[in-house]
Amino acid sequence: MTEPIIYELSAPGRRAVSLPVLDVAPSDLPPTMLLRDGLDLPEVSELDLVRHYVHLSQLNHGVDVGFYPLGSCTMKYSPKVNEDASRLSGFAATHPYQPEESVQGNLRLMYELQEFLKSLSGFDGVSLQPAAGAQGELTGVLMMRAYHQSRGDARRNVLLIPDSAHGTNPASTTMAGFEMVELKSDARGNVALDDLAAHLSDRIAGMMLTNPNTLGLFDQNLLQVTRLVHEAGGLMYGDGANFNALMGVVKPAELGFDLMHFNLHKTFSTPHGGGGPGSGPVGATVALDEFLPGPIVVSETTLLDAVTGERLPEDAVDGEQDMGVEGLWYRLWMPRRSIGRVKSFYGHFGVCVKAYTYIRMLGAAGLTDVSRMAVLNANYLQAILKEAYPLPYDRVCMHEFVLEGRVEGAPDVRALDICKRLIDFGIHPPTNYFPLIVPEALMIEPTETESKQTLDHFAETMIRIAQEARENPQLLHDAPVNAPVRRLDEVRAARRLVLRWEG
Amino acid sequence: MGYLPHTEDELRAMLRRIGVEHADDLLLASVPRAYAFPEIDLPEPVSEMEIMTELREMSEANTDLQRVPCFLGAGAYHHFVPSVVDHVLGRSEFYTAYTPYQPEMSQGTLQAIFEYQSMICALTGMEVSNASHYDGATAMAEAVIMAISVWRGRRRKVVMSPTIHPEYRETVRTYTQGMDIAIIGDYSLGNDIPALVDMVDGDTACLIVQNPDFLGRILDLSGLAERVHAHKALLVVACDPISLGMLKPPGDYDADIALGEGQPLGNAISYGGPYIGFFTCKKRYVRRMAGRLVGQTVDAEGKRGFVLTLATREQHIRRERATSNICTNQALNALAAAVYLAAMGKSGLAQVARLCYHKAHYAANAIALLDGYDVDLAVPFFREFVVRCPIPVADLNQDLYESYGILGGYDLGQVYPELEDHMLISVTEMNTRQEIDELVEALEGIVR
Repeated sequence: MTEPIIYELSAPGRRAVSLPVLDVAPSDLPPTMLLRDGLDLPEVSELDLVRHYVHLSQLNHGVDVGFYPLGSCTMKYSPKVNEDASRLSGFAATHPYQPEESVQGNLRLMYELQEFLKSLSGFDGVSLQPAAGAQGELTGVLMMRAYHQSRGDARRNVLLIPDSAHGTNPASTTMAGFEMVELKSDARGNVALDDLAAHLSDRIAGMMLTNPNTLGLFDQNLLQVTRLVHEAGGLMYGDGANFNALMGVVKPAELGFDLMHFNLHKTFSTPHGGGGPGSGPVGATVALDEFLPGPIVVSETTLLDAVTGERLPEDAVDGEQDMGVEGLWYRLWMPRRSIGRVKSFYGHFGVCVKAYTYIRMLGAAGLTDVSRMAVLNANYLQAILKEAYPLPYDRVCMHEFVLEGRVEGAPDVRALDICKRLIDFGIHPPTNYFPLIVPEALMIEPTETESKQTLDHFAETMIRIAQEARENPQLLHDAPVNAPVRRLDEVRAARRLVLRWEG
Repeated sequence: MGYLPHTEDELRAMLRRIGVEHADDLLLASVPRAYAFPEIDLPEPVSEMEIMTELREMSEANTDLQRVPCFLGAGAYHHFVPSVVDHVLGRSEFYTAYTPYQPEMSQGTLQAIFEYQSMICALTGMEVSNASHYDGATAMAEAVIMAISVWRGRRRKVVMSPTIHPEYRETVRTYTQGMDIAIIGDYSLGNDIPALVDMVDGDTACLIVQNPDFLGRILDLSGLAERVHAHKALLVVACDPISLGMLKPPGDYDADIALGEGQPLGNAISYGGPYIGFFTCKKRYVRRMAGRLVGQTVDAEGKRGFVLTLATREQHIRRERATSNICTNQALNALAAAVYLAAMGKSGLAQVARLCYHKAHYAANAIALLDGYDVDLAVPFFREFVVRCPIPVADLNQDLYESYGILGGYDLGQVYPELEDHMLISVTEMNTRQEIDELVEALEGIVR
């Protein structure tokens, strides 16, 4: 089952849109040397276009299609109301440079979302600007740098990063001009305290820690880790990729984190979009919030016209003031010692609308339940599957857990084979070969929105695959056979680069 | 309401299977008790019906572009989006998927991105396009980092035009603040292209210009690449995708990297985001390029298929040695851009470009005739132009909005001290002749 490339559907002269005729007198065109010759875009009818993309969508797996336990990515169900919310024309059709009096609704929503994220995390300031988790990390590292420089402590340029960390952590470190030192994990999957102590010095800018970590484990040494890093003059950056386990359970700022990014697309159901847009707001304690990227939204109490809701001028005469009511006014504001903007405008506003909607519908108790059930679902699957696959860190997990993709009695079968076989059963494979500290890792994150039936079906399928691995391993090596394509030749793709349609 | 499916019976069965009594036992097994279950200050939850009422009220506290004529551009543009775009985006097989790590289950996303890359190459005249960056500003920051990386850090100077979008220039500076590089050229509007080229030397990694520039002017960049390449520096061009419906693309004047804000291609203006940064380069630099890249290959049976490729450039493999930390692209926004480009096609995009061009010129000609206003009609421009106003732009805009219900142009004095009292007006195919006439009358009326 394949679909032609859109260019292969093209025929000269076909059109899919109608545009208005020019209603003004045309002007002279610029000199020919500034104009282009041809433009090789496809020419298709609207029906062919729609069918093409419907066919393509049918070649895809999404949360709405089936189970998607992709560890570290929190593939939860995203409520449909989120989509309607962000498409309201009052939000979607506003220009980022409109005067503040014409976008009070947007500014209020952003302000309240900042407040919600502060409540959930315990931080004192939040910027919604970072576009994604990775950009949130870069933001955090740049803020650490700015903090140390502001104190005349510029030689602090080393970041400690555990060996279980996402690759984005070390990459963000390098981008900010810092060096990284990798810390070992101990036998229980925590940061090894002796290794940490050995690396602390007055060159330490801080530490980046994902908690729960990428093994799905809450670091049992966390309070000691944050204390040691702080005593050495360093800052604690929290990678909030796994915040879905923590809502209403703990506040990262209270555990000693100075900074953290949120992944709105993971935790707050905005959803993932096939790989973006995400959104990666950053929270900071009072010692660091003046370095946040911006602008952010601030509010002030002011006098508003009782009828129109418009702001009354400050020099309004007494008589006019009698007509006013006290209300909140929102405006954009650049934090005093900001690291600067990390992108144009104010962040992924459309994504923020979805996160706001989700938080308003769930409330504090609902979000706590989300984390509670995310952890329950992961432990339920872990309890069943550890009987069929090796579980390297056997303890209560948080929202996800990591198995080894090996089957006793089937030495040739690898994690990749198990993953590809899952595809034949219509299940998206777990994250594989990550974290790097587990051989043949299979990182499984069921999320809270999956039913017991779905979890049981997945567990049964995984057990069946283990059995197949022993009895007929070729089934796994050949998989997938029920997908739109068989295994793809990735080596060929990299060696003989074809990155565009070549006719 | 947490979209949580378990019944009481199921919950009990699951807890029994795990071997604990309460779900909270699982949390308290890991979390320090002293900090567990803190007070969370959030408003009381509401139902779906109530949240939509609340959101509708909030959104209606805004003045949106469907209600008033808008002449703001400056990096975010109000263009027509055919219905077909949003209907394709609404396919949840696309928007509830993630990065296509498992290609056999993600051929839809992968092929859509491959087609996006193909159409962006056609549009820009460049050899290679990646799967996109967060927006135009971050695409530019990635271009600077890439140029530095092409020179393996040996060249640490970047020459940047002052008529690049001010927020892009700011973003470049934010991204590179820890990299020990010098960014020069953009401190004065007096630095035109010849002056900038004179700054390029043997320490320069790249020259960056924007075309049409932030002031809307179409620049003649022929011969520029040759002069930049004479110093072995890279030419980076930020361009507007709608303008490429009629203007010479950067590939034709030998740019090494071309990038830009893809929002005008089928993406909602959405108060500044999410948008999409398109990013292209010459094939010889592809291994230095950041971001996801989709390549064509074959499956075990020889059938055509698509995969993420050249992953060895990326952070999840190279970790601290990666060029960039970027992890995702803007897949859904790239899909919007691809559907838009396919829907517009060869003739449609050219038509949109010409509608913008002629309407902008109609507006500029009319404003130029007004007493007190000045427009330089001698420079070629695309859909934006600069108007010198007789009163401060902030006052003018306030009057336009309050008395005439018009969203006026961008106040250039905010970012260019030299351009105090200058307004940047944007006109697209969305502005009817009547709206333009109303703007002209209002401008006249305000100073009368």
